[in-house]
Amino acid sequence: MDKLLVSPSPHIHSKVSTKSLMRDVVFALVPAAVVSVVFYGLGELLVLGVSILSCLLLEYLITRFLLNKDCTLGDWSAVVTGLLLALNLPSATPWWVVFVGAVVAIGVAKMTFGGLGQNVFNPALVGRVFLLVSFPTYMTDWRIPTGLFGADAASGATPLGVIKKGLLEGGQLSDLTAQYEWKDLLFANLGGSAGEISSIALLIGFGYLLLRKVVRPHITLSIWATVAVVSLIFSLAAPDKFTGPAFNLLTGGLILGSCFMATDYVTSPMSIKGGIIFGIGIGFITMMIRYFGSYPEGMSFAILIMNATVPLLNNWFHQKKYGRA
Amino acid sequence: MGGVHPADNKISRDCKIEVLPIPETVYIHLGQHIGAPAKPVVAVGDKVKAGQLIAEPGGFVSAAIHSSVSGTVKSIAPRKDLAGNPQMCVEIAVEGDEWLEGIDTTDTVIREFPDDPAVCLDKIKAAGVVGLGGATFPTAVKLTPPPGKKCEMLIINGCECEPYLTSDFRTLLEKGEQVVIGAAIIKSILKVDKATIAIEDNKPEAIDHIQKVLAELRKVSPKYDGISVMSLMKKYPEGGEKQLIDAVMHRQVASGGLPIDVGAVVQNVATALAVYDAVQKNKPIVDNSVTVTGECFPRQANLLVRVGTPLKFIIDYLGGVPQDTAKIISGGPMMGRAIANLEAATLKGTSALLFLTKAQTARGKESNCIRCGKCAEACPMGLEPFLLNRLSRAGGMLDQLEANAVQDCIECGCCLYSCPANIPLLDVIRQSKGQVLGIIKARAAAKK
Amino acid sequence: MTTIIWTIAIIALLGLVLAVVLFVVAERFKVEEDPRIDEVEKVMPGANCGGCGFAGCRAFADAAVKAPNLDNNYCPVGGNEVMKKVAAILGYEVKEKAPMVAVVRCNGTCEARPRTNDYDGYASCRVKAALYSGDTGCSFGCLGCGDCVAACQFGALSMDPVTGLPVVDQEKCTACGACVKACPKAIIELRPKGPRGMRMYVSCVNKDKGPGVKKACENACIGCSICFKTCTHGAIVFENNVAYIDPEKCKLCRECEAVCPTGAIHGVNFPKPIDKEAVKARIKERNAKAAQGAASDTKKEEA
Repeated sequence: MDKLLVSPSPHIHSKVSTKSLMRDVVFALVPAAVVSVVFYGLGELLVLGVSILSCLLLEYLITRFLLNKDCTLGDWSAVVTGLLLALNLPSATPWWVVFVGAVVAIGVAKMTFGGLGQNVFNPALVGRVFLLVSFPTYMTDWRIPTGLFGADAASGATPLGVIKKGLLEGGQLSDLTAQYEWKDLLFANLGGSAGEISSIALLIGFGYLLLRKVVRPHITLSIWATVAVVSLIFSLAAPDKFTGPAFNLLTGGLILGSCFMATDYVTSPMSIKGGIIFGIGIGFITMMIRYFGSYPEGMSFAILIMNATVPLLNNWFHQKKYGRA
Repeated sequence: MGGVHPADNKISRDCKIEVLPIPETVYIHLGQHIGAPAKPVVAVGDKVKAGQLIAEPGGFVSAAIHSSVSGTVKSIAPRKDLAGNPQMCVEIAVEGDEWLEGIDTTDTVIREFPDDPAVCLDKIKAAGVVGLGGATFPTAVKLTPPPGKKCEMLIINGCECEPYLTSDFRTLLEKGEQVVIGAAIIKSILKVDKATIAIEDNKPEAIDHIQKVLAELRKVSPKYDGISVMSLMKKYPEGGEKQLIDAVMHRQVASGGLPIDVGAVVQNVATALAVYDAVQKNKPIVDNSVTVTGECFPRQANLLVRVGTPLKFIIDYLGGVPQDTAKIISGGPMMGRAIANLEAATLKGTSALLFLTKAQTARGKESNCIRCGKCAEACPMGLEPFLLNRLSRAGGMLDQLEANAVQDCIECGCCLYSCPANIPLLDVIRQSKGQVLGIIKARAAAKK
Repeated sequence: MTTIIWTIAIIALLGLVLAVVLFVVAERFKVEEDPRIDEVEKVMPGANCGGCGFAGCRAFADAAVKAPNLDNNYCPVGGNEVMKKVAAILGYEVKEKAPMVAVVRCNGTCEARPRTNDYDGYASCRVKAALYSGDTGCSFGCLGCGDCVAACQFGALSMDPVTGLPVVDQEKCTACGACVKACPKAIIELRPKGPRGMRMYVSCVNKDKGPGVKKACENACIGCSICFKTCTHGAIVFENNVAYIDPEKCKLCRECEAVCPTGAIHGVNFPKPIDKEAVKARIKERNAKAAQGAASDTKKEEA
């Protein structure tokens, strides 16, 4: 004993830290990353590697030389952003496009606001949407999974893209959906971004997050419920025009978005009530874009739009206080 | 609602309460309770006996203070307390161990108690009993509900939800019968039909023991009817007064209100024992049980300590401060106070001395709020600490802070405990709570 | 073509309607204000520091215009110059006030005041003061968390990393009093700047007495009262075991500074550093003379 420490209470702290939370998110994304590498091969590994490394490098450079702050790499948040960005990109994306995405994600969406915790929009999604708008050819160059060491894969559109295009060309919805089987939707056997293809792997990761109490399920569940209800109503009203709940829930990054992007602490509401409204908004906007928009897939836009409402939702909805109405 | 689950760490739970030898000198504080400090009635050079009144209540909300030893008054002067702030103390040099006449120091349990509540209440007041659950509010005042308020349920708080602490648990096991008799006395004073002894489910031995004691006492006298034992889920801060009332009665005390508003009176286990001692044995509070514990402390103990014993004396008795100690806490790790001055003496309300190492207690470096909402999830009062922290640090936002109920904070520490970014939420919130309470008080005074 | 005409017409109509609405609203909710408030506000420093006791410069201007005289309205930041302008606008007299400066009355450097424990909470003096007496043996001294520095909006305060004490930049200090309010230990005081900045003060507020004080801090005022006995101008107030120099009475003779055994009395901005021995010799001589005089007086009386 040298000198006693003195501080206000409490004197102990839980083992949970920002680092441990972010690390848990990374662990939860590992199954999906592994599955995508197995299915898409080394190209996907390159995307993952470039994305994570460039996010780390950019965060280091910006904190060190632009902001003159302490290095924040230790909190693992840059790894999460890099991983999520990579899982949102097609496996054939050239490395420099991935790097541009990382610059936008870390440089523009995260650090200009003041780093972790200060950003309004989900950095990985901002990066992805920027790329989608700027490099549409690369960003829709989806490949059919061929396995780890498969030869150059053939290009193939995502299920949602196929249907949107087919319907525009006057095809029959029942014919268009018939080519996709349940099994394929669940076990990653179709074109899409890495994170879209294996719902099972993503759900396993999400289960881990719930078990570790990293996230609460209310946002995810309200997105799923809204998507299911909206698509059920529309598909019952006009079965030849609108796809049904099961198809919508399992395609187009809905699982990735609802489990990992919409539940991001920083860009989602603090209260349960706010979170449920947030989730309903995301589900509804996603379905509107899918049914009536020009993009086949609406999850990223829906989440970003709802991100903008978070300060309002935080202002409107508070949790119930003890002994107060 | 809210709450956290820190590791229990009740490592001293199997240590029987042992009697600490009397030190050479005791320093008895005159302000050991909430309210006005007591006024000394002895002078330097006076001979006093153990249990003798040395200071009378200094106001309506105040408590009498008694000598915990027999000896000579050496001085009545300010002395630094555990926080290093000077407080008025009576210093008594110990000579022998002679008790005031009329005090029963034997272990015989007396089950019959006076029927007249006024007699009991007077004895409690004379004995200087204060709430020993932490707030040290004078018990006699608490047992006199304001006119028009009716108590429906007496809750004896045996939760001891703070990690490490075991003195209440040992008291329940070793002096369970006395505690129950004390509870029955309080029940008769409040004229309530129902009383419950609430114990967390991590102390099954205590629950069993009290149930057995109750079964036996019910056979003796109908006065013990209506007392029950309730097992509560282990959670911090389940033993907080407001949380306990919610858990037991499913009622919530309104902001700024008192438990009696919803028909509840809460008393701690140690207070019930003190009531028993006061009424049945004529014994004022001269000693209390103190848990001395910590992973780095070699000799865990639950000690019966005379009020005013220097902390250093207790620690030296058990082998001194271990090398790797970084912080010594008076009380539990969640709400206790860090000790800056080991020369300070124990008070009536001292419940534990806890030794923590640097790895266990040092605060982590503060980083950005990641808006995870864990603080709000943890807050047992349903507040939003992240918001209160932001408003407090912005400065000049007292009206906003009041609107967001900063004054309801019970300072349990759950927010700071659970914050992954190590933001000193409670440090900041406690400050603004004080400022807002000051404004509310001034406003109420202006209305009058 | 018709589209363009319609567009122009609609927009013009819209502009007209809105202009009417704005005009009506502006007329309807017009607040009559004394134009002098604006004039006064213009000459104010515009710091909105609250040093005058009002919420900001505008509030001060408002109060000054409404007040019958300027006795209770004084802008410490602008000083006499600004107050002259204010007085000219309002046609009032203004009493000149001696310019003030914030003075830190703690001398307990890290070296002189050994740490007895380590503080590990939120770095705020207020939080620390509410918790305990501080991390040194002195329970009156500076806590060193810099609440005063944070409170100063003129950048006049900074923490000295070597001493651990705040330092006032007397050029930048406007005597707004924000630091005085921020300090939970009431160490900072506003004192007259003094002629050419020369001023004397006791740099300690420790009210304890006896050897404990010296043990806690080598630079503390130990309450020996030598300065009190030495001062020939009655400028030293000795209360609660600590000396205080009344700036109104102090004649800057620096005798107290010379005799103080712990160096707790500071004189600043004097052209020459103090020669303690010379001053002490002077005091000795004077005392000897006084003793002689007293002796001769008594002799006379006897005679």
